[in-house]
Amino acid sequence: MSAHVDTHDHDDDHGHHHKETFVTKYIFSQDHKMIAKQYLITGVIIMGIIGILMSLLIRMQIAWPEEPNVVFEALLGKWAPDGVMDADIYLALVTIHGTLMVFFVLTAGLSGTFSNLLIPLQIGARDMASGFLNMISYWLFFVSCVIMISSFFVEFGPAAAGWTIYPPLSALPMSQPGSGMGMTLWLVSMAIFIASSLLGSLNYIVTVINLRTKGMSMTRLPLTIWAFFITAVIGVISFPVLLSAALMLIMDRSFGTSFFLSDIFIQGEVLHYQGGSPVLFEHLFWFLGHPEVYIVLLPALGITSEIISTNSRKPIFGYRAMVASILAIAFLSTIVWGHHMFISGMNPFLGSVFTFTTLLIAIPSAVKAFNYITTLWKGNLQLNPAMLFSIGLVSTFITGGLTGIILGDSALDINVHDTYFVVAHFHLVMGISALYGVFAGIYHWFPKMYGRMMNKNLGYIHFWVTAICAYGVFFPMHFIGMAGLPRRYYTNSNFPLFDDTADANVVITIFALIGGLVQLVFLYNFIRSIFYGQKTVQNPWRSNTLEWTAPVEHFHGNWHGEIPHVYRWAYDYSKPGHDEDFVPQNVPLKEGEEELQH
Amino acid sequence: MTALLTIIIVLFIAVAIWQMVKIFDLAEARLDNNQVANDKDNRINGYLMIWFLVFIYVITIVSFWKWGDLPLVSNSASEHGPQLDNLMIISMIIIFFVQTVTQFLLHWFAYKYKGEKGRKALFYADNDKLEFIWTIIPVVVLAGLIIYGLFTWTNIMNLDAEDDPLVVELYAQQFNWKARYGGDDNVLGKANVRLIDIDRANILGVDESDPNAEDDVITTELHLPVGRQVLFKMRSQDVLHSAYMPHFRAQMNCVPGMITQFAFTPTVTTEEMRANPDIIDKVANINRIRVEKSEKLVAKGEEALDRYEFDYLLLCNKICGKSHYNMQMKIIVETQEEYDAWMSEQKKFKESLVQ
Repeated sequence: MSAHVDTHDHDDDHGHHHKETFVTKYIFSQDHKMIAKQYLITGVIIMGIIGILMSLLIRMQIAWPEEPNVVFEALLGKWAPDGVMDADIYLALVTIHGTLMVFFVLTAGLSGTFSNLLIPLQIGARDMASGFLNMISYWLFFVSCVIMISSFFVEFGPAAAGWTIYPPLSALPMSQPGSGMGMTLWLVSMAIFIASSLLGSLNYIVTVINLRTKGMSMTRLPLTIWAFFITAVIGVISFPVLLSAALMLIMDRSFGTSFFLSDIFIQGEVLHYQGGSPVLFEHLFWFLGHPEVYIVLLPALGITSEIISTNSRKPIFGYRAMVASILAIAFLSTIVWGHHMFISGMNPFLGSVFTFTTLLIAIPSAVKAFNYITTLWKGNLQLNPAMLFSIGLVSTFITGGLTGIILGDSALDINVHDTYFVVAHFHLVMGISALYGVFAGIYHWFPKMYGRMMNKNLGYIHFWVTAICAYGVFFPMHFIGMAGLPRRYYTNSNFPLFDDTADANVVITIFALIGGLVQLVFLYNFIRSIFYGQKTVQNPWRSNTLEWTAPVEHFHGNWHGEIPHVYRWAYDYSKPGHDEDFVPQNVPLKEGEEELQH
Repeated sequence: MTALLTIIIVLFIAVAIWQMVKIFDLAEARLDNNQVANDKDNRINGYLMIWFLVFIYVITIVSFWKWGDLPLVSNSASEHGPQLDNLMIISMIIIFFVQTVTQFLLHWFAYKYKGEKGRKALFYADNDKLEFIWTIIPVVVLAGLIIYGLFTWTNIMNLDAEDDPLVVELYAQQFNWKARYGGDDNVLGKANVRLIDIDRANILGVDESDPNAEDDVITTELHLPVGRQVLFKMRSQDVLHSAYMPHFRAQMNCVPGMITQFAFTPTVTTEEMRANPDIIDKVANINRIRVEKSEKLVAKGEEALDRYEFDYLLLCNKICGKSHYNMQMKIIVETQEEYDAWMSEQKKFKESLVQ
């Protein structure tokens, strides 16, 4: 370990004398803190705005399907003649909303921002293992964003086969307009995205393993780092499988292979495909698709662990159990993908196996939820906006997670599969929960990123309205889902059977619109605080982790002089025998003080 | 007009936010490090936590009160339906119990232990016994659910060869359904999309040289005799579709290039279901909604909506393209006599071909 420290001290001198130009500092930066901010602005803010806007258009269409809408006319142009949304573009919005939120905002945005910012700072490293790869990773991500968005400007619109892009719908341009150029752009964008994600993940893994400062043993790592580390491992295991699926799909689309296609008659002609299986694609897709849920969720849970402990002024309860549950979730996440495919036509026996493994995930999840609640118990809770979002995360994680018990059960899945029940479930448990994680992280580490504080009162308004709207949107949605209402229907008016779900859909849309609008408060607060926020002190939340031992101002190398050494775990809050209610990790043990052994 | 109103509303909101920030700024100008929660913030947000807990409970109760009759957890129309509904209800009860208790603890603690200057939190990092308890409780509960679930699943999915089910092919294409019956011999003729011949009206690609195919019957409505097990063989000619029959608690994807299957026994005829008090209420409610909607439509000079009458439906439940939202087929469950009468009126495959 000491060898690393030495080399890094050396790097530091080097870094200080290095003259940085505008381009190397702000654009092609290799500094992890700048890259984190780039990911935040591109991934979370810009892609987030586009993704949320799309969801609002979708909601308006569902609530008021027949009525012309000026918003549609203004935003969708030729795809909403006279303000009536076209059915193809509805599916395109659903598809791109899903893709943007799952991959661009909650994978690249979330991990890209917080893994980049926190891994070097919290383990006591000068930078990532490879700053250059890190820079490449961001710019690949940027390119994939541009390509994905550009698909809105091609003649027949973007991909519209759902974010899961099941072939043959996604493979055959004659099956829907979006499966032409739009789908090509989707696949190219995702291939580049995966390359970016892999470069990022490899960097995180290598950095955590190799560049921890002296004394930072794995058992002293903050839970944020554990979560980011394991997330990166899952990403490296599962993303290549999606890449291979995407490549095979490209081959099927453009080079006449039959990996996923067989026996197809469409628009009056028989196609040549023979012997492939769409179910194979589903297997490959969900081998990434399910771990992806945890790639989205684990970093949010890591952030929450850190914020709940800091703001409770208490150690996180059951550190070992928390680490063990992250590991258990990571392991199980790779062997449960079949629960998306109970009724896909695969052998029912596989359904039994996947039911078993799926419901097992509830155990580590329950342990995490109980440990969060116990951490609050007898704490001295500082209800900062970040803390509110973390508590909100635990709340939606529980509500959304519980319905997973129904969906993971193959027998019950028969009747709620692909209904709004599923939509409600995954939006709460991974969408809203992970977004809360992002918000919590932004409020908490904003001072570290920009040297200024965000306005807390706007933060409170943001949280409470968002929290109410999130439940207002997704709670009633379970009911219309259990009524059998299928998702991805452009309108339900062809089914009088579902007429009694219409009022619920209007309620949901109103909550969604309010919830969407209140994000403007956050946006305003965010942008304003970058320039005019109150200047921060070095450690505003009185936190233990190493990032707060670094100076407020940013420079390549993070710490002047020697990097801090670590003598204790990250959660010595309110430890008896200390005057302050926090003891940073770089404070040596007092004489006779015992370290908690993990 | 609406556009103008929307713009004005958005402007008002923007101004309101701007004004609010000004007020906050002025109010806080005198404080130091004022963007970290102080005792007052903790108190206010602590109380709001309790109100939020109340909100969660209220929205639960309101949802049940307003939409509680929507979920399909009773009045199933298939033999395996009640078993599945039972499992659903048991799971729901467990979920609501856990939800109520954990949300209470979470928000109550957030209120009870809201921060105060000078108070010190309890240094409490581990308790193996406690953690063991809340690991083992979910294990036991889930073990029960898993075992019950697996029995139900096996029961639904496993076909008993002795049952002599009625064999029906469900054929999916963008964007409609066809049903094909095996005819008198109850055996479906071989078929492949390569044999489709639109000119001769062989739209399902049935093999004309297969003797079993001659008496096959192709229909656009699905008729099922009550009380007899039906084995559905699903095919799709173009993209993935999913045959979803919510009232029968049945669903299976239709996959091009392979035949998938699902079997169930319908237990309630369409007529009986229409006479079910719950369904009568539901239909009356839907018709009330439709009348209200019709009034608005007529006022706009459009046609009024038809009256709704209950029917079982087969819906497409896998995204399949533009008209996915309108890919449906009526299912009629009837007595064996009615079914036989209907079947005798249908054209056999051989007769239906254009020579």
